[in-house]
Amino acid sequence: MNSGDFQGVVTLVLIIAFLGITWWAYSKRRRKDFDEAANLPFDDEDDESPARDTPAASQDAAESRQDKGDKNT
Amino acid sequence: MNTAFEHPTYNYKVVRQFAIMTVVWGIVGMTIGVIIASQLVWPQLNLGLPWTSFGRLRPLHTNAVIFAFGGSALIGTSYYVVQRTCQVRLFSDRLAAFTFWGWQAVIVAAVISLPMGYTTTKEYAELEWPINILLAVVWITYAVIFLMTIKRRATSHIYVANWFYAAFILTIGVLHIVNNAAIPVTMMHSTSIYAGAVDAMVQWWYGHNAVGFFLTAGFLGMMYYFVPKQAERPIYSYRLSIVHFWALIMVYMWVGPHHLHYTALPNWTQSLGMVLSIILLAPSWGGMINGMMTLSGAWHKLRTDPTLRFLVVALSFYGMSTFEGPMMAIKTVNALSHYTDWTIGHVHAGALGWVAMITIGSMYHLIPRLFGRTEMHSVNLVAVHFWLATIGTVLYIASMWVNGIMQGLMWRAINPDGTLMYTFIEAVEASGPGYFVRLIGGLFWVTGMLFMAYNTYMTVKRREALSQQPAPQAA
Repeated sequence: MNSGDFQGVVTLVLIIAFLGITWWAYSKRRRKDFDEAANLPFDDEDDESPARDTPAASQDAAESRQDKGDKNT
Repeated sequence: MNTAFEHPTYNYKVVRQFAIMTVVWGIVGMTIGVIIASQLVWPQLNLGLPWTSFGRLRPLHTNAVIFAFGGSALIGTSYYVVQRTCQVRLFSDRLAAFTFWGWQAVIVAAVISLPMGYTTTKEYAELEWPINILLAVVWITYAVIFLMTIKRRATSHIYVANWFYAAFILTIGVLHIVNNAAIPVTMMHSTSIYAGAVDAMVQWWYGHNAVGFFLTAGFLGMMYYFVPKQAERPIYSYRLSIVHFWALIMVYMWVGPHHLHYTALPNWTQSLGMVLSIILLAPSWGGMINGMMTLSGAWHKLRTDPTLRFLVVALSFYGMSTFEGPMMAIKTVNALSHYTDWTIGHVHAGALGWVAMITIGSMYHLIPRLFGRTEMHSVNLVAVHFWLATIGTVLYIASMWVNGIMQGLMWRAINPDGTLMYTFIEAVEASGPGYFVRLIGGLFWVTGMLFMAYNTYMTVKRREALSQQPAPQAA
C-alpha cells in the first residue's frame, strides 16, 4: 500500500466514523438520555440561593428546565 | 481561612486555591506581557541586562499566561465541574493538594529558570528536563484524580464538559511527554531525541495541539458548564455537543504542519495540515453556535449580567479567531502572514478574547460560590472589567492586523530590477505606532485584572466576616 492509498483509507475511515457518531447522537432512542445529561449542571443546586435575576427571567428559566425533565425543581 | 463554610460533600479547598492563583498569575503573566510590549516600543527597557532581555522574558510571559493563569483556571474549574456534575467528592484530597502545590512549584521553577536563560528552545515547551519530569508527575496525578472521580460518579451520564476536560488532560499528558523526550546533558541542559525536520514536526504537533487541547478543548469544557449555569438553561443541543466533541478531537491532531509552511517539511505534509485546518472551521463553529444558542430566549440577561457578557463575548472571539486561523493556514495567505505581527494578533484574539474572557466569566461565577456567596462584591466592577477587557482586546488585535499586513507587504515588495524595496529595519520602524497601540491594549487588560483582584479580595473578606455569625446554610 503506498501513502496515497493509505491517506484514502484513513479519510474513508474518518468519514464513516463521523457519520456513525452523528447517526448515533441524533437517533431517537438517545433523546431521553441526552435530555437528562443536559440537565446535569442543574441537578445539584441544593446549596445555591434562589436565582438572582429579575423574577420574570428566573421563572422563565425554571419553566424551560422543567420542560426538559429537570428533577430538582 | 476558616472552614465554617466547608462543603459537606465536595472538596472546595483545592478549587479555591486554584481560583485565587488564577487571578494572581493572570496579573503576573499579563504584566510581563505589558513589559515586553513596552520593550518593543522603547528598546532601552531591556535595561541592557540578560535577565530582563526580550528573548528571556517572552517565554516567561507565554508560560505564565498559558500554564500558570490558564492552567490554574483549567485545573481548578475541572475539579469543581467534575465534582458537581458527577455528584461525588474528588478521588483523593491529598493527591489534589499535591497537584496544586506541584503545579505552583513548576511555575515558580519557570519564573526562576527562564530569565536565567535555561531553555530547550522549543516554543511553549521551553522548560528544561528536571522541571519537565516534575510537570509530568503532577499531570499524571491530575489525570488519575480526574478520571477516578468520574469513575466513582453518582450519576449515570458523564456530562459533556467532563468529556472535554478528560480529552484535554489525556492529550496534554501525551503531548508533553513525547515532545519533551530528550537526553539530559547537564542538570539544566538537554538535547531533543528528534533531529531536523522531524524535530520541527514533533514540536508543532505539540505546539498546535497545545492550542487545540489546552487552550480550546479545556476551555470548551469550562464553556459547556459555566455558560448553561450562568444563563440558567441547559445547553442548546446536547447532541450537537457530542458531534462537536468527536469532530474537534479527530481533526485537531492533524493541523500542526500549518506552522511550517514553506519550510523543509515535506510538501504533502504542509498541504495535509492546510486542508485539515480548513475543515476544522466546522467543528469549531459547531461549538461556538451551541454556546451562543444556549442564550436564545435569554438574551435580555446580557443587559444586567456582566458575567454572562464575558462568557458570550468569549464565544464571539472564539468564533472569530477560529475563522481567522483556517484562513491563515492557507498557504498563499500564510505566505503573507507568517513571521509577521498578524500571527501575534491572531494568537491574542484567541488568548485574550476567548481563553481569558471565558476564564474570567467562569471565575466571576465560581469565586462567590466557593466562598459561600451568590455574587461578587461589586457587580459594577465586573461590568467595568468587562469593558476594559473588550476594548483592550480590540486595540490589541486591530493594531497587530495593521502591523502584520504592513510587514508582510513591505517584506515582499520588489523593485523592477528584482531587489527588495525595503530593508528589514524600515518595516520595524513602520511598526512603531502599532506597538504603542498594542501596549495601550495590554494596559487596559492589566487594569481590568487589578479590579478583578480587588473584587475577589473583597468577596473573600466579606465571606470571612459573614462566617463569624451563625451560618445561614452550608455552602
